[in-house]
Amino acid sequence: MTASLRLRRFLLLLAAPVLALVISLVAVTLLLLAIGNSPGETFQTMLRTGTQPNAVVDIVNKGTFLYIAALAVAIGFKMNLFNIGVDGQYRLAALIAAGVGGAPGIPGFLRLPLILVAAVLVGAMWAGIAAVLKITRGVNEVLSTIMLNAIATAATAYLLQDGGLGVITGNSIGTRPVPESGWFPSLDPIARPLLGAFGLTPSPSKQVYGFLVVAVLLGIGFWVLVNRTRFGFDLRATGANPSAAVASGINVKRMILVSMLLSGAVAGLVGMPLLLESSGHNYSQNFPTGIGFTGIAVALLGRNSPIGIAFAALLWAYLDVTTAPLALFGISDKLSAIMQALILLAVVVAYEVVRRTTAASEQRRVARELGDDTAPAPTAGVEMSKASRAGMPTDKAESADRPGTADTGTRR
Amino acid sequence: MSIAAALLAGSMVLAACGDSGNGGTPESPAGGDSETAEASDLRVGLAYDIGGRGDKSFNDSAAEGLEAATGELGLTDVQELAAEADEVDADKEARLRQLADAGYNAIICVGFAYAPALATVAPDYPDVDFTIIDSADATGDNIASYTFREHESAYLVGAIAALTSQTGTIGFVGGVETPLIQKFEAGYRAGAEAAVPGITIVSNYLTQIPDFTGFQSPQLGQAAAEGQYQTDDADVIYAAAGLSNNGVFTAAAAAGAQAIGTDSDQFLTADPSVQSAIIASALKGVGAAVQDFLTKVADGSIEPGNTELGLAEGGVDYVINDPAVQTAVEAQIEEFKQGIIDGDIAVPDTL
Repeated sequence: MTASLRLRRFLLLLAAPVLALVISLVAVTLLLLAIGNSPGETFQTMLRTGTQPNAVVDIVNKGTFLYIAALAVAIGFKMNLFNIGVDGQYRLAALIAAGVGGAPGIPGFLRLPLILVAAVLVGAMWAGIAAVLKITRGVNEVLSTIMLNAIATAATAYLLQDGGLGVITGNSIGTRPVPESGWFPSLDPIARPLLGAFGLTPSPSKQVYGFLVVAVLLGIGFWVLVNRTRFGFDLRATGANPSAAVASGINVKRMILVSMLLSGAVAGLVGMPLLLESSGHNYSQNFPTGIGFTGIAVALLGRNSPIGIAFAALLWAYLDVTTAPLALFGISDKLSAIMQALILLAVVVAYEVVRRTTAASEQRRVARELGDDTAPAPTAGVEMSKASRAGMPTDKAESADRPGTADTGTRR
Repeated sequence: MSIAAALLAGSMVLAACGDSGNGGTPESPAGGDSETAEASDLRVGLAYDIGGRGDKSFNDSAAEGLEAATGELGLTDVQELAAEADEVDADKEARLRQLADAGYNAIICVGFAYAPALATVAPDYPDVDFTIIDSADATGDNIASYTFREHESAYLVGAIAALTSQTGTIGFVGGVETPLIQKFEAGYRAGAEAAVPGITIVSNYLTQIPDFTGFQSPQLGQAAAEGQYQTDDADVIYAAAGLSNNGVFTAAAAAGAQAIGTDSDQFLTADPSVQSAIIASALKGVGAAVQDFLTKVADGSIEPGNTELGLAEGGVDYVINDPAVQTAVEAQIEEFKQGIIDGDIAVPDTL
């Protein structure tokens, strides 16, 4: 019974993303037909691009930092905290870490650890401001993190001035490059032979980020923390029902602070592969922005689960990379953005459909187990399951103890 | 256009293709026929930074240069790609690789943001000729770059603004506070101060790094310009803000004040309702640089390295659109221009 139930649950879990992909593919096909492009040619081009060696590395690398960004967002989501500030957190963290990394006089072996510690601390601190505001003044973290993004932009502009952390070369301004001792080791020695085994030889300059390992470790850490620790239980409990969490003795304020700090600390690492494993090795005016916002979409797509987010990040990166050459064939490269939006929308719809299906099937099961073999009307089932979730046994016990107060009990 | 003519003439002399009227040099046996024949092998890829065509300024002047070269060299295969917002360098690298892999053998990067990507990609495609506008940071055997002394033309329009102002206050609106735009401001300030010592100069930047929306937000440009016209009592504003310049022009027309455009002759492309407010433009020969590169690639005379273009080379210049202003100040501005070309005036390029 439980085995088959588990299988059904798993299939339903799989159904949502598959359904979403199918819906969005159909929508994109219709869109392509409507604007007069050939869907077959478009998808073929995308598939072909996706198997080219450089593109494969690009997808993995993009997936890496998107994954870290989405994890940062997911930590907050787990307890219903909406950290929109990942963007500002990683940008400020990357700039200050770059400043630390480019500073002269640091012993070589200390450089990389110092850079990473600086990034984590700055990210956590910036998110921590929003946490403190929420705890002490009740400021909604959505508002404070949005505003902190804008402040981070101003702060980075201030710090990146010539004479500050910035150095002008030609028409560009950036921090001093991090010397080689501070670079993050590339995964190339392992990845290149591995890719070679599949007949893929990327250009020598195209190397898989060593940060992929960090991303995987963060994912495992996230899973262990959320599912296998007291803290994780408190986190989920607070997210599910804050009042119940308080009643069971969880210090919600402490939870808000710790989870925001963790979220910010992870966010601080988002920019590290871009800083320590990309060509410039510095934070310049061209340092990419907006990854924090993409991270929110990826976390939603991956349903805040470490495995789900991994697939979501790779899918997102795949769409980004494979739609780029479409412009060469006269197809708008905006297709990527449209497709990503459609998938996200379809996911929301698909999960809702699957949730309702699951609920309905559970109700039927409950009804069956209660001995009513004739299929019950769905509405009755909903009420039944709601009642059982709301703790019907307690109510029953209560009303049994005090028969006269039964009405008040149910109303309450 | 004078810049295009000057640059092209220069390139023709170097390239030794004697149809510019300047006469050929000894090693110029090639006539027009062989040039066209060679050009048909030329497949041109052009990669814009964010925005692409339609900014009526920097990107559009690159597009103009490309179009002119297309006609002149008889190019049949030209591909333009634009960057997306929120790109990483790897995306820019991929774009350049796509062009090179698709067989485009002359690739133009418009904007300094491409420098790191270009430096990475160019060595992998030794048979492709690359160029980048506005950055000398990417170097290699197959990279020719073009940079401009924008501060020299900004100096001249600074003088125009100062000499035209009735209120004694002039303004500067920069798109994004980058070293490049600060170069414009430095030249503008120096020119204004040289023409009218003690003049008041107010300055605003629309956004700060890394927020580059300041180059594409006419409404921000309009708000900044309205502030300078109304609150600061400025009556001439120099706008160096890409697409946002259009907002400055709108504000100038509404206030009955005057504005100066940048990069191309913006009077020509402006909406007729604001044209009367545009008295002049500082010119930057982006299109001419594109044309110069393609011409040289076509005839095989392209050399790696950076070409810096200022007033002396005709790479930057100015144009006055308002007849009254022209009569009043042109003689003086020409004097300044000659002074810069002769090296008598040193124009600062930082604030």
